[in-house]
Amino acid sequence: MASGLLGIEELEREQIQALLDRGRYYQPMQTQPVKKLDTLRGKTIVNLFFEPSTRTRTSFEIAAKRLGADTISISAQGSSLSKGESLVDTLNTLDAMRPDAIVMRHAASGAPHFLARFLPTPIINAGDGTHEHPTQALLDALTILDHRPSLEGLRVAIIGDISHSRVARSNIHLLSKFGVDLVLCGPAPLLPSEFAQLAPGITLTTSIEEAVSGADVIMMLRVQLERQNETTFPKSEYFQFYGLHLEHVRLAKPDVIVMHPGPINRGREIASEVADSPSSAILNQVENGVAVRMAVLEKVVAQVVTQ
Amino acid sequence: MTRLLIRGGRVIDPAAGFDALRDVLVEDGKIAAVGRAIEAGDAELLDATGLVVAPGFIDLHVHLREPGIEHAETIESGARAAAAGGFTSVCCMPNTIPVNDSATVTSFIVERARRYAVVNVFPIGAITKESAGEQLADIGAMKEAGAVAISDDGQPVMNSRVMRRAMEYARSFGITVIDHCEDLNLSAGGDIHEGVSSVRLGLRGIPAVSEEVMVARDILLSQLTGARLHVAHISTRNSLAMVRHARDLGLAVSCEATPHHFSLTDADVRTYDSNYKMKPPLRTSCDTEAVVDAIAAGVVDAIATDHAPHTGSIKMQEFECCPFGITGLETALGLALEKLVHSGRITLPHLVKLFTTGPAGVVGLDRGALRPGAPADITIFSVDREWTFDVNQSQSKSKNSPYHQRCFKGGPAVTIVGGRVVWKVS
Repeated sequence: MASGLLGIEELEREQIQALLDRGRYYQPMQTQPVKKLDTLRGKTIVNLFFEPSTRTRTSFEIAAKRLGADTISISAQGSSLSKGESLVDTLNTLDAMRPDAIVMRHAASGAPHFLARFLPTPIINAGDGTHEHPTQALLDALTILDHRPSLEGLRVAIIGDISHSRVARSNIHLLSKFGVDLVLCGPAPLLPSEFAQLAPGITLTTSIEEAVSGADVIMMLRVQLERQNETTFPKSEYFQFYGLHLEHVRLAKPDVIVMHPGPINRGREIASEVADSPSSAILNQVENGVAVRMAVLEKVVAQVVTQ
Repeated sequence: MTRLLIRGGRVIDPAAGFDALRDVLVEDGKIAAVGRAIEAGDAELLDATGLVVAPGFIDLHVHLREPGIEHAETIESGARAAAAGGFTSVCCMPNTIPVNDSATVTSFIVERARRYAVVNVFPIGAITKESAGEQLADIGAMKEAGAVAISDDGQPVMNSRVMRRAMEYARSFGITVIDHCEDLNLSAGGDIHEGVSSVRLGLRGIPAVSEEVMVARDILLSQLTGARLHVAHISTRNSLAMVRHARDLGLAVSCEATPHHFSLTDADVRTYDSNYKMKPPLRTSCDTEAVVDAIAAGVVDAIATDHAPHTGSIKMQEFECCPFGITGLETALGLALEKLVHSGRITLPHLVKLFTTGPAGVVGLDRGALRPGAPADITIFSVDREWTFDVNQSQSKSKNSPYHQRCFKGGPAVTIVGGRVVWKVS
């Protein structure tokens, strides 16, 4: 990480491992009675969310507070963007208040990368359009590692709207770097064949049965209706063919874990009984989100301190 | 009587099949003679030793943004950029505000150019009113006012029946139909070429097929109507194969390629830099190779820049919000020399042809030759001078070029329009 965290793709495996190790270090703290450190005392972190978000924004804010930093959260509603100010001007304005890091979510792919070319302050990408969501991939990896000794050689199925998913892209890059056998599955119009060339070890299938067979991990993706401005698949039969049902779980490894980045849509992409089954690690993921984001904030902000 | 003697250059005149060391004498804005050791008494001397002396270059595809978008470019600034790129004539697309869909707008451009432009400006009229794709524009009146072709560049006519009628009508006026081939339904929402790069970057794709289905449609309509069809900024392997096939059938179909479509690929769009965002988008290396192959095989008639100036503020946004297009006038010759001539794919006379008789033929301009009596439009260029493009020194009002700080070998040296030196390399 030169500065900030824009994506998983450009990270080396060792850098990812270091973040995961540090995330693991912060895991036990989440259940302690006193949850506050002073690692980032006196530091200011701006959470800038141009897209609605509950879990990621809250998770980043809690992570920063547990490290002792001061945080401020800004959402697009009520920001000066709605007054016609450009994104660069908004960021320059915030930057002039000298925050130590900016956590940013934006609906446009590459928005943080574009800003990082002009801003000296490190930017942490909390999701950019349909591109990357690096901290989600880190917390997913940490969650898998809670149930498996290593990522190497695991079979992970990612199912849903692959095409529009930043969660899928970040997970693909991360898991591939650790030698995971990845199966991507979804309706054909949401599964561009080019995904097979994104990283090593990827296969594509439009059959959910094939995808889940023998899987160690099943990652379900949310059907992103807000990114569908056209007819790409018949929504009425999505759950029938691409929803995760109990019988699918039985095709996977007996100790399979089922994950979902949330917010889940019961009855749209995942059956209620699967979401609530012992295989489900969904709340586990949320818990790990705070630990991993503490690791990321510490790395990014502490690095600036030493410069 | 003003006289100018261009001495000692390598004169390449594709129209005459000529390539030799000669002097060129210009008198009163016209070519007077091309010959050996011309004695010209008191004529002004221009030493072209070590340089190529060619007919003035013609760019079939520029956006001058006037009227209406003068903060990005004007006829005056765009013409200066053209001169600095070695072009003596440019054909400007009609997507101004208002759209050039009437003789009034055409005349306005012609008049502004006469007063302010250092190069010749030939307007291209719209195919349909406001380029809305519905009612035909005043094609005959625009031609009489000086339009050399018609095109709804950027907003292609989607209704095939309208396109058919436009072609029939254009044919009767002997005017070329230039199409920006893009099926707007297939490309809707796209930012860059649909492929591994678009998937990796999470940007919406513009599939190659969105260009190809329209190239196919237009060729078939050209066959049906007998209209003269020119495919603008051709960018894919299949499109080129179809144009080649059309020509084998003897149809009046031509095409142009831009320097960026043979010098950059979609893999270059790594940093969400909007200077790599244009239409058609940068394609794959397989496509850029096909463009170079087609140029070498003579399937491509002209190199055109699609010079599309945009101000910094609108290119300084989230990638998906930025408009399409890059400037190109000042880097075209350098890129063509490097990718086509220095790489050994085509000869220097072939390159000159792509900038002169090729484009002149597409729109029926009586330019692009060093024939005695012709207007003295002359491009003098170097094939080996090393230089670096600095976008901040550009003559264009806009700086949206992906070639900032790029090194070139060879480029424009002197640009002469109507016998007058309008630009000289410093």
